[in-house]
Amino acid sequence: MTLSVSDVKRIADLAYIEIDEDEAKETLIQLSGIFNLIETMQAVDTSAVEPMSHAQSVTQRLREDAVTETDQRELYQSIAPQVEAGLYLVPQVIE
Amino acid sequence: MFNASLKQFSLQLAEKKISSTELTTEFLKRIKALNPEYNAFITVNEELSLAQARAADQMIAAGQAGPLTGIPIAQKDIFCTKGWLTTCGSKMLSNFVSPYDAGVIERFNQAGAVNIGKTNMDEFAMGSSNETSFYGPVKNPWDHAAVPGGSSGGAACAVAARLSPAATGTDTGGSIRQPAALCGISGIKPTYGLVSRYGMIAFASSLDQGGPMAKSAEDLALLLNIMTGFDPRDSTSLQRNAEDYARDLQKPLAGLRIGLPKEYFAEGMSKDVENAIEKALDEYRKLGAQTIEVSLPNAPLAIPVYYVLAPAEASSNLSRFDGVRYGHRAKSYGDLADMYRKSRAEGFGAEVKRRILIGTYVLSHGYYDAYYIKAQKLRRLIAQDFTEAYKQCDIIMGPTTPTVAFNLGEKSGDPIQMYLSDIYTSAANLTGMPAMSIPVGFGDKNRPVGLHIIGNYFSEAQMLNVAHQYQLATGWHLQSPV
Repeated sequence: MTLSVSDVKRIADLAYIEIDEDEAKETLIQLSGIFNLIETMQAVDTSAVEPMSHAQSVTQRLREDAVTETDQRELYQSIAPQVEAGLYLVPQVIE
Repeated sequence: MFNASLKQFSLQLAEKKISSTELTTEFLKRIKALNPEYNAFITVNEELSLAQARAADQMIAAGQAGPLTGIPIAQKDIFCTKGWLTTCGSKMLSNFVSPYDAGVIERFNQAGAVNIGKTNMDEFAMGSSNETSFYGPVKNPWDHAAVPGGSSGGAACAVAARLSPAATGTDTGGSIRQPAALCGISGIKPTYGLVSRYGMIAFASSLDQGGPMAKSAEDLALLLNIMTGFDPRDSTSLQRNAEDYARDLQKPLAGLRIGLPKEYFAEGMSKDVENAIEKALDEYRKLGAQTIEVSLPNAPLAIPVYYVLAPAEASSNLSRFDGVRYGHRAKSYGDLADMYRKSRAEGFGAEVKRRILIGTYVLSHGYYDAYYIKAQKLRRLIAQDFTEAYKQCDIIMGPTTPTVAFNLGEKSGDPIQMYLSDIYTSAANLTGMPAMSIPVGFGDKNRPVGLHIIGNYFSEAQMLNVAHQYQLATGWHLQSPV
């Protein structure tokens, strides 16, 4: 597998991380090395193996559909970058 | 006094030889004097610590003290702590005063322990040297030119330099055990699901597990008794009966079968580490244990599998840091997407960005099966290797790390070399099995060597027994760099 600078930029775009040309070039070198390491996985035949997503084979717990949290809006908004009238402010998204 | 065990501190408090307020004040003084050199703590808050100490003194006076009441504990800055700055070692959270307590913090609070400060760590726990911290690197107390390991580097340094009687850590690929080994202390990552992940800032949720770091296995047992237990707010927390992890400490080791994976004693381990490990194994044989060779054929794949799964989960977990509700927001930006991109570019450091990009790529359309599913399949093969090995032995041992602590700056420019320092530790995260490190001597430049003890699921009490019996027979864990 060979990555290109445009691949790196595309991934950064998907991850919502701004990246400039120099950073993308530097990142390409490092990611290529890491993917060479990762490629060693392909040497093992795993066609008959079930994927393991979790360390314990437990099922999702269910709980009563009851309110357990209290209203802490003021506390939580006290650490927000920008709030107004109890709302989190972001740049306008609808014209 | 700074070398006392948790039991000794507890006894001194119970006998009123010292108050928690006095004990806390002594440790705060020591931190104030030595932390500028070590950089083990990101936040120290004398007022909050002393308020907890006074409350602990009242508990003791009222006869309500437990084993940890009044004892200072350093908390890794990954645990959300109400009213405390909780940064996770990142610029992204450099202004985040947590509005709530993590499950682990609640448990220590209920036990009457004193939070002595928040320890330095690799940014979002991504690193093996503490050098990715936004708050700068930590020094290894045994040699100030060396790294303390990571990501729980501040915690390991704090315990080794006697800035705190004990500390908490978290371990996603070795982040408790590797720094414990490099700083010459004891640390255990319990079975996945025993310690609540609620309020423990997520890196890779299927691998992350909190655990204690301390001077001895006996201290670890007392800490585990407080830290473990069901938490309904953590969806993978296990519902099990409470155990006393100190219950088997005194058992003799005669007949213990120690498995030595041939893959862990092959090339890669440096000579000085090998010498110390061999001496430790000799000591175990003297204690009545027998050693047998076992095989973990897929163990060499643990690092590549880990570097698919951990970044994949990280890229998803760290998408919550968008500069909207808390954390860093860029000063100037255009539209909403630009605000996200700039806030994240400014808030995350190079290693965190690198892992988010790896994770984004392996989860992206067309690559998911080749990387993510492939890695999950290999994860099962690695786990099966361990299950097979435990048919022949009770416990597995090897080196915690391939070398002693490396120098500050030595590997920071080479991510792959850095990743390989977790070559022996990451398998226990993939399988979810408990694993620990204890000090067993010194290697090159008089830097500590750690013995890695890996147990089967829920065998913590036995592992602590195995570690404690060694510590009764030897004195490595009593050595201090200060």
